[in-house]
Amino acid sequence: MDADGVESLVDVMAGKVWTLLNERQINDPLMIGIRTGGVWLAERLHGELGLKEPLGTLDISFYRDDFTRIGMNPEVHPSDLPIPVDDRHIVLIDDVLHTGRTIRAALNEIFDYGRPASIILAALVDRSGRELPIQPDVVGLHPELEQDQHITLIGPDPLGLVIGSKTNRSSRGDDQGTGYESE
Amino acid sequence: MSLNNKTLQLDEAGRLLHFLTVDGLGREMLTEILDTAEGFTGVSERTIKKVPLCRGKVVANLFFETSTRTRTTFELAAKRLSADVLNLNISASATSKGETLLDTLRNLEAMHVDMFIARHASSGAAHFIAQHADPGVGVINAGDGRHAHPTQAMLDMFTIRRHKGDFVGLRVAIVGDILHSRVARSQILALNSLGVSEVRVVAPCTLLPSDARSLGVHVYHDMEKGVREVDVIIMLRLQRERMQGALLPSEHEYFRLFGLTEQRLALADSQAIVMHPGPINRGVEMDSQVADGSKSVILQQVSYGIAIRMAVISMVIGAQNLRMQEMTP
Repeated sequence: MDADGVESLVDVMAGKVWTLLNERQINDPLMIGIRTGGVWLAERLHGELGLKEPLGTLDISFYRDDFTRIGMNPEVHPSDLPIPVDDRHIVLIDDVLHTGRTIRAALNEIFDYGRPASIILAALVDRSGRELPIQPDVVGLHPELEQDQHITLIGPDPLGLVIGSKTNRSSRGDDQGTGYESE
Repeated sequence: MSLNNKTLQLDEAGRLLHFLTVDGLGREMLTEILDTAEGFTGVSERTIKKVPLCRGKVVANLFFETSTRTRTTFELAAKRLSADVLNLNISASATSKGETLLDTLRNLEAMHVDMFIARHASSGAAHFIAQHADPGVGVINAGDGRHAHPTQAMLDMFTIRRHKGDFVGLRVAIVGDILHSRVARSQILALNSLGVSEVRVVAPCTLLPSDARSLGVHVYHDMEKGVREVDVIIMLRLQRERMQGALLPSEHEYFRLFGLTEQRLALADSQAIVMHPGPINRGVEMDSQVADGSKSVILQQVSYGIAIRMAVISMVIGAQNLRMQEMTP
């Protein structure tokens, strides 16, 4: 999918997030993007929704459940949550929701910063293959994918969605068999 | 020596199995350590100053030599990675009852320790422990004799990179007791490996090793000339406890010739930073005004030490985990 396609999905997501925030009467949410693709999306959504609070970013490398299997991620970045999360409503943004393990890690990390009032999960892509009981509140796209196919957000400018088969992927930083998308 | 360091410290895939010396690791690995430490810097500022990376791992601080700063920052680093920490004050423990180093190691391994962080008065002690440790057990050198103190050197590199952005083009002066300093040796190796343009050592002849120039440094015996236009000044502690024989006339005389004063600091680059591995002897290595002044980054070094040690501990534990998996069919 090309840039226009992805940008229109982002518009759809922004509308859905806006509606959900209104339904829940949330005025001043904190938006947090999960590195790397989630941050690209969050930057756009943050702008479209005109949110006042600065954007937060999470790098979940220290919270992955497969550290003993893959070792230290050599390209880790510091997480940056500029505003305390205690008692705040959070909108968490990820690019591809697949196994649910990334979100599990992100939730654990957020709770090490404090106790939020609530968390809404918005993902650009919701695909099959869940391994944990985690569901999104807002989704841009539900693609039909075979088990051995993966979908990746490329960016940051322009954004694009690429579908490929897992056999083509490189080994380091890959989610092959580990249940993480787009590291 | 260099080749041995490489094969003992790195596996075939280039992962860090032990961290014993900067020697032989190369710029790429040193940069990976610095980059990983960057990721850990935020952890200290959070409500819960912990990440779950090394949950269930046991790290033994094996200190045969006294230390406050290094031992506590290693302990804090391991705890922030959620590892369990054993602090063994060996000088007061079993070795004084006649147990050998190997017996001590075997006993700790029987308790399923995953990592040894070792400090010892003998050069090569950490290498010895790494050579004899069980597969799957990583070793970090927290200082061995006059040989190496690689995590101190790396936290110094991290401090320099954070302030100067890059190593290329930098002039660095290391001032003081080079002869007895394992810190200086590790710093010189790391600075040259990371590509600074000049490393100077500034010291009296009696506190320089005879092979100083072979380390790839410019030697100065005059403090004013040595610090002129440098970007970084690293002051070393005068190691009174290691001094045998009359290497110095007096501490007063040392300060007069090699102490860092504001006047001498003014000769360095206007953006220069001042570092010291601690503990400082005020009035011996430097004036209090310099130690507490705006160019001093000495306390930041301590904070960065935790991030560097978190990086090295997690990288070694990660690499050892992978090695064990590869060994089991």
